[in-house]
Amino acid sequence: MTSPAQAPPMIRMAGVDKFFGPLHVLKNVELEVPKGQVVVVLGPSGSGKSTLCRTINRLEPIDSGTIEVDGQPLPSEGKQLARLRADVGMVFQSFNLFAHKSIVDNVMLAPVKVRKTSTSEARKKAMELLERVGIANQAEKFPAQLSGGQQQRVAIARALAMNPKVMLFDEPTSALDPEMVQEVLDVMTTLASEGMTMLVVTHEMGFARKAADRVIFMADGEVVEDSTPTEFFSAPKSNRAKDFLGKILTH
Amino acid sequence: MSVLTNNIDLYLRAFGTTIQLFFFSAIGSLVLGTFLAMLRVSPVPVLRAAATTYVTLLRNTPLTLVFFFFLFAYPLLKILQLEPFPAAAVALTLYTSAFICEVVRSGINTVPVGQAEASRALGLTFSQMLSNVVLPQAVRSVVPPLVSTLIALLKNTTIAAGFSVAEAGSISYSLSEQGEDLLAGLAWVAVFFVVLVIPLTLLQRSLEKRWSVAR
Ligand SMILES: Nc1ncnc2c1ncn2[C@@H]1O[C@H](COP(=O)(O)OP(=O)(O)OP(=O)(O)O)[C@@H](O)[C@H]1O
Ligand SMILES: [Mg+2]
Repeated sequence: MTSPAQAPPMIRMAGVDKFFGPLHVLKNVELEVPKGQVVVVLGPSGSGKSTLCRTINRLEPIDSGTIEVDGQPLPSEGKQLARLRADVGMVFQSFNLFAHKSIVDNVMLAPVKVRKTSTSEARKKAMELLERVGIANQAEKFPAQLSGGQQQRVAIARALAMNPKVMLFDEPTSALDPEMVQEVLDVMTTLASEGMTMLVVTHEMGFARKAADRVIFMADGEVVEDSTPTEFFSAPKSNRAKDFLGKILTH
Repeated sequence: MSVLTNNIDLYLRAFGTTIQLFFFSAIGSLVLGTFLAMLRVSPVPVLRAAATTYVTLLRNTPLTLVFFFFLFAYPLLKILQLEPFPAAAVALTLYTSAFICEVVRSGINTVPVGQAEASRALGLTFSQMLSNVVLPQAVRSVVPPLVSTLIALLKNTTIAAGFSVAEAGSISYSLSEQGEDLLAGLAWVAVFFVVLVIPLTLLQRSLEKRWSVAR
């Protein structure tokens, strides 16, 4: 894969450190994600994957280092940060759909309030996106009336409604019943094949093999390996990765 | 019964004033109380501290003292002279908003953090997040205590009688001047209050029912 030298990477993290009190959760993290690439982040529990994901739209502020999104350093809290976040889609483990709003209103809210799109246009776009993730027939229901898999697909549609440059996923299928995992992964796989830049924290090895351009392996707050899925799964370099794969694959 | 029929004008006029006093102070304290609650959860420490001080001060001061201030001390400042009725409405609003603030804030605390995080991740500003996502859910979860606070406000309006506002609390003065049966007269005042509380209770029930689906 060749990337033009002048185009900035979609995500650039350099020398990023993050502490929770005395706990050093991100240690000198260096990471570049070029436009259009799908990066899967793997690692044992507590290794800092969620924290990494959340620093990219500054849901967690960092203690040192720099983070740039599409060539722009993350602004500090305020209007500018809100503008940047509008361009960075995020999907949470727990869906976090707005409980008091109907499905279609969930998808329309940010386009109307943040992008100032007209209600009719936002509704049209929302219905298209809901169609795409297969939930259009549930548009008037409330989140609590949908299954987990459906809620997560709505959450993806809600993020896509902002036309994000990049999508962050933090264990999007971990809270789902097993039979609902695939429907969400299918939506993500389609998104990946359409060229969306994605950073995906997941334990779904099938998705990593099939959809990822690159696998990052984290342990104890450090990026330990950075390779292609084939390389990573067939010939992991570090002992910690071997250990991790051993545990996962024997499941 | 004769107390009521002989003085029906007095009752209607007085309760008309009570309803107006309640109406203005209810709107005022809902608005101010919600605004104070927003300040209390704001990321700016000065705003948080200011709102906390306000609530501590007003919530711990007897309502009569707040009235005293607005009707006797405040005029000495010679800023803007207030008639007894608006002064009473202001006193009730300032006092009740401290309670509304605490009710709304407790509602905000029931809203899962994920709701705020999802809003921020979508690019909503702090105030957009509060007004579109957090407050609507917060209010839904505190309908009963909110209505209780309003019922307390309705009854607190009777304190204004002591400060030359001719609302329901003043009925007893007029009745005793006319040598009417005070006990029966006051019983009727109580009946009127019970009747006034009914719509509030109905409002509470219908809101609870309407919002139960969405949670
Ligand atoms: N808000 C917080 N306050 C204090 N410590 C935290 C906080 N969030 C995370 N941590 C700690 O930071 C470390 C990294 O957490 P993180 O959630 O990033 O791990 P993870 O790799 O996503 O784990 P998992 O696979 O369990 O989700 C953990 O030790 C965790 O306990
Ligand atoms: Mg995690």
